[in-house]
Amino acid sequence: MALTPLPVRKFDAIVVGAGGSGMRAALELARSNLKVAVLSKVFPTRSHTVAAQGGIAAPLANSGEDNWHWHMYDTVKGSDYLGDQDAIEYMCRRAVEVVVELEHMGMPFDRLESGKIYQRPFGGHTQAYGSAKMAMRACAVADRTGHAMLHTLYQQNVRSNTQFFVEWMALDLIRDPQDGAVVGVVALEMETGELSILQAKSVLLATGGAGRIYWATTNAFINTGDGLGMAARAGLPLEDMEFWQFHPTGVAGAGVLITEGVRGEGGYLLNKNGERFMERYAPNAKDLASRDVVSRAMTTEIKEGRGCGPDGDFLYLKLDHLGPEVINQRLPGIREIAIKFGNADPVRDPVPVVPTVHYQMGGIPTNYMGQVVAPEGAGKEAIVPGLYAAGECSCVSVHGANRLGTNSLLDLVVFGKASGEQMIKDMRLHPTPHRTLPKGAGEPTRERLARLDSANSGERVVDVLNDLRRTMQAHCGVFRFPEDLIKGVQKVEEIASRAKRIFIQDKSKTFNTARVEALELENLIETAMATIVSAEARKESRGAQARSDFPERDDKNWMKHTLWYKEGNRLDYKPVHLRPLSVETMEPKVRTY
Amino acid sequence: MKLSIYRYDPDKDAKPYMKDYEVALDHADRMLLDAMVKAKAQDDSLSFRRSCREGVCGSDAMNINGKNGLACITKIADLPEHVTLRPLPGLPVIRDLVVDMTQFFKQYHSIKPYLINNDPPPERERLQSPEEREQLNGLYECILCACCSTACPSFWWNPDKFVGPAGLLQANRFLADSRDQATAERLDNLEDPYRLFRCHTIMNCVDVCPKNLNPTRAIGHIKDLMVKRSV
Repeated sequence: MALTPLPVRKFDAIVVGAGGSGMRAALELARSNLKVAVLSKVFPTRSHTVAAQGGIAAPLANSGEDNWHWHMYDTVKGSDYLGDQDAIEYMCRRAVEVVVELEHMGMPFDRLESGKIYQRPFGGHTQAYGSAKMAMRACAVADRTGHAMLHTLYQQNVRSNTQFFVEWMALDLIRDPQDGAVVGVVALEMETGELSILQAKSVLLATGGAGRIYWATTNAFINTGDGLGMAARAGLPLEDMEFWQFHPTGVAGAGVLITEGVRGEGGYLLNKNGERFMERYAPNAKDLASRDVVSRAMTTEIKEGRGCGPDGDFLYLKLDHLGPEVINQRLPGIREIAIKFGNADPVRDPVPVVPTVHYQMGGIPTNYMGQVVAPEGAGKEAIVPGLYAAGECSCVSVHGANRLGTNSLLDLVVFGKASGEQMIKDMRLHPTPHRTLPKGAGEPTRERLARLDSANSGERVVDVLNDLRRTMQAHCGVFRFPEDLIKGVQKVEEIASRAKRIFIQDKSKTFNTARVEALELENLIETAMATIVSAEARKESRGAQARSDFPERDDKNWMKHTLWYKEGNRLDYKPVHLRPLSVETMEPKVRTY
Repeated sequence: MKLSIYRYDPDKDAKPYMKDYEVALDHADRMLLDAMVKAKAQDDSLSFRRSCREGVCGSDAMNINGKNGLACITKIADLPEHVTLRPLPGLPVIRDLVVDMTQFFKQYHSIKPYLINNDPPPERERLQSPEEREQLNGLYECILCACCSTACPSFWWNPDKFVGPAGLLQANRFLADSRDQATAERLDNLEDPYRLFRCHTIMNCVDVCPKNLNPTRAIGHIKDLMVKRSV
C-alpha cells in the first residue's frame, strides 16, 4: 500500500534548537529577508542555556588589564592544545563585540560602580599568558547569566518576529544523494504526533549537548544529543567525543550545578580533614585551576579516603566566609539550590559537592564559520553543503580536550552569530531555488516511528536508558581504565542492540512523551557509542581524558582530532589547526596551574 | 507515596479522570518530580513537561494539592503521603498535565518584552549604576512558568484581555530599566480597563511564585507610574 507523502513546508533556512546559539543565529537570520523557521522540542526559554550560571567570558578589562591575546592563550592551554587555534583566535577576538551586543539588547548584567559590566575571576582565566594573577573576565548576571542571556535572546527574537515551531522535534536530516548536501529535516510535531518535512536551503543544528548519557549529570532531561544522532545517522562523523567535562561542583547526590563563580568569588574546596587540598594540586591557581584538574584532584581525594560524609564520597565547598551580603548579591541562585538540593545554607554551612558530568567538548565537526566539515576524498575537511552547526552540539573546536568556564556561553553567541552570517552569505552567493527532494525523503524516519507504534513487546525505554547511563558512569569517568573501557564498549554495543527492540505502551498521537523519550534514547546511544569507542582508542591523557595506563599527554602520536562514524563503528583522525589567524602558534607546553 | 494524577488523552478518553499511582521512594528521591518520573516508569502514557529539574526552566508547573508550583523544587518531605496533581488551572488541556500555553505567551508578547532604546548604540556597553541595575532584581528572574497567571481569578475570567501577573511583572521589568526609553508607550499599552486594571490585588500570584517574586508589587509600581503621569 502506497503511503501518502509526508507534508512538506519550504523555508530558506531552518534552525534546529532554540538555546543560546540557535536563537543568536535566528536573530542574525531575522535581520535578512529570508524565510526562517526555528524548531525546538521545548519552548525556547526552557532550553538548557537557561541553567548556565557564572558568566560569559570577554576581555572587557573593566576590572584590571585584559586583552584577547591573554584570553586566547588561556583557552588554548585550557584545551590541552587540542583546540583549533584559528577558531580560538576568532572566538576571543569577537568576544567583546558579542557581549556588548547582548548588553545593548537589554541583558541585565551586574554593574560596577563605574556603570560598566561586572566581571569576576573564573577557572583557568589568567592575566599575562598564564601568570599567577587571575583575570576578571567573566561577565555576570549574579549567578543567573544563562537565564538572563537566553531570555534576552528570546525577547529580541520576539521583537524580530522570528517564526518558532515550538514543541517540534527534529528527527533526521535529509541529504541529496548526489553531493551529500543537506536539503531539509524530518520533524515531529509533538502536539499532534504528525511527521513533516521541512525543506530548506540551509539547516543549522543547534541542539545542545547530551549529558544525559551519564547517570550523574548537571544536564537537563532534554539534553539527549538529538543533533548528534541526526548527524550520525546521516553518515557524518562526530569529533572528539571522548572529551566530557566533569564539573567539579555538582551537588552530591542531586547532580545540580553549583557555579565555579562560587570559587571565583572566593569560595574553596575542603576535604574531611578541613584541608584546602587544591593548594597541593595547583599551587598558583588553587581552586581556580581548570575544571579537569580540579575534578581529578577531587576524585583522588575521595579515592584516597579523604572524602567527607559517612561514606567519604563527596567534598565540601566552603563559602560562608564570603558573608551573607556577597552570597545574596552575587550568588543568590546558588544559595537557593544549596538549600533545596544540598540541605545546606551556604551562609552557614559548606555545600556537599562531587565532580559531575557537565559538558561535551566534542560534537559535529565545523569550521569557525559554522559550516559542517567532513572528510571527503583526500581532504579531511570538505564542507557539507547546506549544513551548519553551533553551540554544544558542534565541535569547532574551541574547547579541545577541556573547556574553560564561561567560554561556553561565549561559544554560543560567537558561533551562533557567525553561523547565521555564513548561512546568509552562502545563500546570497549562490541564490538557487530549492532542490527537488530525493526520492523517499523522510521514509526511514517514518519507518522508525511505525516500528515504535506497532511493537507491543520488547525492551522498556527506561530500562535500556538506565543501563546505558550506569554503564557510561562506571566505564568512562573522570579517570579511565583500559579494562573498563574495553568492557564498556562491549556493554554499550549490547545496549545498542537491545535498543533496537524497544517498545512503548503509549500509542496515542497526542503529545506522546513516551515516543519522544524512545526517539531521544536512539540519539543518546549514538552519543554514548561515539564517546566510549573514541575514549578506548585514544591512548594518552589529555584534558578530560585521563587514562590510568597512559598518564601523559602524547603530542607525537595523539595531537589529532578523533572522528567517529556510526557506520561500522569506525574511527578516523584529522590534524589540529595549530596556526591561528593572525598571531603566532601557541606551542604546546606542560600544563600546570 | 500515593499520587493521584489528572489524566486525559483526547485520542481515547471521553472525559478526564484521576488515576492513582503507588510510588516506592528511595533515598535519592527528594523532589516531587523524582516521584513522577517513577510513576511514568510504571505507565509510560503519563504525560507531563519537564526539563532542567532545578527550577530554572519553568517546564513542570502544575497544580499540586490545590496550589500551583514546580514539581522539580517541591520537596517530597514537605508533602503529605497522598498528593493530587492537576494541570495548571484555566488553560486548555492538551493531554494529562500538559496545557496549551498559547494565551499565556500571547499576553507576555503583548507587553513588548524587549528593551527599547532608539539611540545609536555606543561602541561599548551602555552605563548603568549598580543602584539602577538593582531596580531589575525581583523582576528579571521570572521563568515564565505561568504558576502566577493561572492562579489569578482575574486571568481565569479574562485571559484574552487581562495581561496577567507574569506579563505585568515583565512590563515593569522594562519600565524599571534605566536603559529603556519607551515608558510612555508602555504605559499607553496598559492603560485600559482590562490589561492592567483587572488586577484586584488578590495576591495569589505572590503566594504561588516558585521564584519568590512579587507581581502584585510590580503591578502597584505600574499603577503608580500611571497616576504620576496623569497629575
